[in-house]
Amino acid sequence: MAQTKTASLTKGAGFKKQEDLTLLNEVSSATAGVSHLEMCIQCGTCGGSCPSAADMDHTPRALFAMLRAGMRDEVLHSNTPWMCVSCYHCVVRCPQEVHIADVMYTLKSMAIKAHQYKDNTAPDFSQTFVDNIEAFGRSYELGLAGRFYLQHQPLRLPGMAGMGWGMLSSRRMNILPSRIEQIDQLKAILTKAKTLELTS
Amino acid sequence: MNKYIYYPGCSMEGSARAYAESLSQVAKILDMELATVRDWNCCGATEYLSINLIPAYSLIARNLAIAAGQVNGTNELMAPCSACYLNLEKADYYMAERPALGEKVNEALAAGGLHYKPGSLQIRHLVDVLVNDIGLDVIKSKVVRPLTGLRIAPYLGCMVPRPDYQHRWSDHEYPLELDDLMHVLGAEVIDFPLKTDCCGGHMSQIAPETAYELIRRLVSEADEYQADLMVTVCPMCQMNLDAYQGEANRFFGTKYQMPIVFFTQLMALAFGIDAKSAGFGLELVSAKKALARIGVEAPAPEPASPRRKPDGLPMPPHRRKKYASGREASDEKIAVAE
Amino acid sequence: MIENHKPKIGVYVCHCGSNIAGTVNVDDVRKWAQEKLGPEGVVIARDYKFMCSSLGQELIEKDIKELGLERVVVAACSPHLHEKTFRTAAEKAGLNPYLTELVSIREQVSWVHTDKAIATEKAKSLVSGTVQRIAYNTPLEKQKVPINANTLVVGGGIAGIQAALEIANAGFHVYLVEREPSIGGHMAQFDKTFPTLDCSACILTPRMVEAGTHPNITLMTWSEVTNVSGFVGNFDVRILKKARYVNEDVCTGCGICTEKCPKKVIDTHYEAGLGYRKVVYTPFAQAVPRFPVIDRPNCTFFQKGTCKACEKFCPTNAIDFKQEDEFINITVGNIILATGYDLFDAGRVTNYGYGRLPNVFSSIEFERLSNSAGPTGGEITLRDGKTKPETVGIIHCVGSRDKNFNNYCSSICCMQSLKFAHIVRERTGADVYEFYIDMRTPMKAYDEFYQRVLDEGTLFVRGKVAEVTNAARYPHEKGKLIIHVEDTLVGKQRRIPVDMVILSNGMEPRHDAKQTGQTFGISCSSDGWYIERHPKLDPVSTMTEGIYIAGCATGPKDIPASVAQGAAAAARVLDKILQKEVEMEPIRASVIEENCSGCRICNSMCPFNAIAFIGDLKVSRVNPALCQGCGTCVAACPAGAITGTGFSNEQIFAQIDGLLMTV
Repeated sequence: MAQTKTASLTKGAGFKKQEDLTLLNEVSSATAGVSHLEMCIQCGTCGGSCPSAADMDHTPRALFAMLRAGMRDEVLHSNTPWMCVSCYHCVVRCPQEVHIADVMYTLKSMAIKAHQYKDNTAPDFSQTFVDNIEAFGRSYELGLAGRFYLQHQPLRLPGMAGMGWGMLSSRRMNILPSRIEQIDQLKAILTKAKTLELTS
Repeated sequence: MNKYIYYPGCSMEGSARAYAESLSQVAKILDMELATVRDWNCCGATEYLSINLIPAYSLIARNLAIAAGQVNGTNELMAPCSACYLNLEKADYYMAERPALGEKVNEALAAGGLHYKPGSLQIRHLVDVLVNDIGLDVIKSKVVRPLTGLRIAPYLGCMVPRPDYQHRWSDHEYPLELDDLMHVLGAEVIDFPLKTDCCGGHMSQIAPETAYELIRRLVSEADEYQADLMVTVCPMCQMNLDAYQGEANRFFGTKYQMPIVFFTQLMALAFGIDAKSAGFGLELVSAKKALARIGVEAPAPEPASPRRKPDGLPMPPHRRKKYASGREASDEKIAVAE
Repeated sequence: MIENHKPKIGVYVCHCGSNIAGTVNVDDVRKWAQEKLGPEGVVIARDYKFMCSSLGQELIEKDIKELGLERVVVAACSPHLHEKTFRTAAEKAGLNPYLTELVSIREQVSWVHTDKAIATEKAKSLVSGTVQRIAYNTPLEKQKVPINANTLVVGGGIAGIQAALEIANAGFHVYLVEREPSIGGHMAQFDKTFPTLDCSACILTPRMVEAGTHPNITLMTWSEVTNVSGFVGNFDVRILKKARYVNEDVCTGCGICTEKCPKKVIDTHYEAGLGYRKVVYTPFAQAVPRFPVIDRPNCTFFQKGTCKACEKFCPTNAIDFKQEDEFINITVGNIILATGYDLFDAGRVTNYGYGRLPNVFSSIEFERLSNSAGPTGGEITLRDGKTKPETVGIIHCVGSRDKNFNNYCSSICCMQSLKFAHIVRERTGADVYEFYIDMRTPMKAYDEFYQRVLDEGTLFVRGKVAEVTNAARYPHEKGKLIIHVEDTLVGKQRRIPVDMVILSNGMEPRHDAKQTGQTFGISCSSDGWYIERHPKLDPVSTMTEGIYIAGCATGPKDIPASVAQGAAAAARVLDKILQKEVEMEPIRASVIEENCSGCRICNSMCPFNAIAFIGDLKVSRVNPALCQGCGTCVAACPAGAITGTGFSNEQIFAQIDGLLMTV
C-alpha cells in the first residue's frame, strides 16, 4: 500500500483523527474482480434494495461514504457487512456497477483481521464452517450446528430440537462427516493460499 | 443425450437429499448424462469469502481445475445448488476479470499440482440447462401425470438470476423460466411477486430474527396467493423456508403450513414417478395435503384479491424477455392472481 | 516536386500555452527539425507560444516573403481547428494554401501521452513524416459550385418546424418531411410545458398551422427519406410517400370517415397505448395536415375485402383504396435533420413493474392522462379509468444515469417530474412523493419552479428507487404499490405505499438513428446520438458539409433548446444559400486510365456515385464535380489505378519514410 495520505480536517468537524484517504483504495484493491467502488454516486439504490437494511447500523451507501471519508474504525465496527445476505439485488440494480456484495466480503475479512467486529456470532459461524471444510473438504451440518449453537445460541436449542430430530430422522442431516479423498492436496492448496493476498 | 459435468455440492448428500433423488429420476427420463466432478470439495458457501479471499477462491477453483480435467465432449459444468452455482461462476469470471486474482489462485492450486484457466468451462445451473438445452417441449412430452389443480408459487431465490455474469437468464428481477417450467407440468402457476427475493441465507444461523422476517415475507405472500406449495431450486432456500418455518411461526405467532419442495420433485411426479422416489416425505412441512390434489379435479381456488376489471385504460404491452437460448416461452397464459 | 529540386520548407512548432509544451519538449523538436531535417529542405524552424495568434501568423508570412519558403509545416493542434487559419496566412503571403500542412502534436501527442521523452520523439516523427510528404504537394485550386436554394428539413417536431419556418420566412423553399401522419412531434402529446405551464398545444399549433400553410413550405407527411446522394449545394433526395388511401386533393378533412369507421384499435403512438383510435384517423384534432390516413394492417377492407364504410360516407369521394406508395425525387442544397428521440422503454427496468403492475405509468402515459384531449379528458385516474389516486410517487432517472441502461442524464426529467407533481397536486390534491438522485434545474426560471413545487407541499425523497412492488408486508400496504427506497438524507430504508407511480423515463436515440445516419452520411456517438462538428462551437453542423442537425437528434434537450437549435441550423443554411456558391475542397480522385482494367469495383463502392464506367473505352472515370475525395476508391482499386490529390502514392510513401526516420 502506498504511503498513507491524509487530509487536514475542517475545524469542528467532530473527528479528532486525520482522515485516512487510502481506505477506499485499500478496500477496492482487496476485492475480487473490479469493484468500481470509487464510482459510487450515493444514490441509495443499494440501501433501498437491501432485504436486511432494517437491521444494519448503516446502509451500504452510507458505509461507502464513510469509506471515502476514511472512517476506518467506524466502518470495521459496523454490522452492515455481517447483515448482508448476498442476494445481489443491489449489485444488479447499482447504476454504477459497484460490486457491492464482494465489497461486503472484503470488509468482513478486514474486520476479522483487525479484530474489530462488534458481535462475534457471524465471524464464529463462518470460522466454524471453514474449519469443517479445511478438516473434511466438505461441510458438516451437524457438527456445525452443534458446535455453533452450543456456543452462541444455547437457548435456541430446545426450540429447535424438533426440527433437528426431523432433519436427522429423515437422514437430511448426517451423523458423521464425509471427507474427500485428497484432503492433503486441498490442505496444501489452502496452506499456500493463506500466504497470498490480493492488493493490486 | 445431453452430457454435463456435475457438481452436486454438500447439501445434495444431506439436507437436500430430496433434490438429489428427484434429480436422478428426472435426468434418467430426460436422457441426461451427469458425470460427477471427481473428489469434489465444498464450494465454501457464503462463509469462506468472509474470512480470507485467496483461500476462498482457491477452494472453489480446485473443483474447476478438476472439472476442466474431466472435459470429454462437453465443457458444461452444471450445479443444482444456487450457492454452488454462483461460487463456481464467480470464480471463473473474476479470475479473468482480475488477472491478479487468477494468478494468485493458480499459485495456490499449483501447491496441489492443479491449474485452472478461466473460461475453460461453461458454468450452468440446472434450471437453465433444463429450459434452454432440454427445452420445455421435450419436458412437456414426458408428462404423464399433469399437475392439474395444483397451485404453485415458483420461487427462484437470489443467486441463480443474480448477478448472472454470463447473461444466461431472461431477467435479474423477474425471470419466468421456472414459471414456464412448472406451467408445462400442468400446474397452475401464480405470478409470485417475490420470486427472486431472499430466503434469509445464512441469517437463519447468525441473526435468526432477520431471517424469520425474510421467511415470513415469502411464506405469507405465497399463502396470500393461496398457493398449495412453493417450489425452490436451491437447498439453502428449501432449508430456510421448510426447516425454519416453524420457528418463524412461533416468533410471529402465525400458523403458516406452506410446503416447500424442490422443482425436480414435481417434475418427477409429473413424469409418473412415485412420491417416495421423488423424495417426498423428507420435507418438514408436509406436502401431503397439496399432493392430494394431483389427479383430482379440484375447483380452482378463488383469487386472493379481486382481478382487474377488463374496462378502464389499456395496459402497456408486457414484453417478455427472451431466454438465453433465444427460445420463446410457451404462448399459453400463466394464471395470474392479483 | 521538380526533379532534383528540394523545395524550401519552414517548420513552426506551437507551444499552445502549456497544452503542448507541458508534455512535448518544443525547443528540442525545433532544434532537431532545424538540424536533422535540413537535408530534407527545411531552411528554418521556429517555435512560438501561440502560433495561431496574429503575431504567430505574421512570423510565417514574413518568412515566406523573406526566405522564399515554398512549403510550410505547422506542428500544432488538429487540422479541424486551425488548418484554415494557417493556409489563409500562407495565401496572404502569396503561397498556394495547399502547400501548407498541419501536424497534430496536441490531439495526437500531448493530450494522449504522459511521458515527455516519448511524446517528444513521437512529435519529431510526425513532423518528419509531413516534411517528407509536403515536398510532393502540388498547388491546388478550389472549385466553386452553385448552391441549390431549396432545403430539406427531416422531422416535423418543434425543432424541425422552427428551422423550416425560419428559412421559409427568409424567402427560400423548404421541403418538410415527416414520417407520421401529422407534424407536431412529441410536443403535440404533452399537456403543459415547464416551467411556465403554458398549454403545449396552445403554443405549438399556431406554428404547425403556419408551417402547413406557408407558401414556401412543401409539407410531406407520412413520408420518409430513403436515399441521399450528391454533396453540399446539390443533394439528390429520394422520398417515399406512403399511401394514405385518401386523395389529398379532394379531402376536406371533415372527419366523417373516422366517425363512420367501425373498427377501433389501441393507439400505441399518439395516445401512448392509453387510448383508442379508429383505423382511418388523424392522430389528433389539430393535426397538420388535416387529411386522415388508413392504417392498412388493421383495416377490415384490406384484410377481409369488405366494409368500405369510409368510402360510402365520404362526401367528396376522397377515399382511394387503390392508392400506392410513390417515390418523389427532389434536389436541395442543404439538409437539416431534426429527427428527435425515442422514449426509453420503462418496461426494461423490471424492478419498477411497468407493464406488469397496472398503476405504474410512463411519463408519456401521464402526459396523455393529464391532457384534456386525452383518453380520460384530463382526469387523473388509476388504470381502472375511474379511481382518483390519493398518493402518487414520481420516480426520476428511469433508464438514465444508469450503466445498466443509458449512462447519460436525460436532462429534462427533473423538470418534467416537478411538472407532474404540480399537476397531480393541483388536479387531485393527492400527496405526491418525488424520488430523485440529484435535482437538476439549471436553466432560466427552472429552480424557481422547483421552489414552487416545494412550497406546494410535494414530499421530496433523495434516493434512487430500488423497487416498486405489489407484495404488501403490512396491513396498511394491502392493495397499494409499495416503493422501496433508501432515504439517503435520513440514511434509512423506507417503504412508501402509494396508489400510483409515474416513471420519468429518459430519452433515447431513435431506434433507427444509425441507419438514418448512414443515409445522410453522418455518424453516431457510442450512445447513439448524432455527433456535432464541434460540441461547443459548432453544435448544429456535422462533419458532412451541408448536413445540419437540430433538437434531440444530438442528445436530450428541452423545448427551448430544441427551438434554439432549429433556428441556429436555419441560420447556418441561410448563410450557405446567401453565399450562392460553395467552395469545394480540391481533394479529388482520378483514374489513371492506362492502368484501369475496367473491373468497375470502384463504381459501386463510391458513396457519392461519382464514378462512371465509360463503355467505349472500358475504363472508369471520376466526375470531379461529384467526388468528395473520401479515398474509398483509391483503397479499393485492385490495380492501384486510382490516385487522390493530396494523397498520391508518392506522398503517402514519403510520409511513411519520414515517420520511420530515426529521431
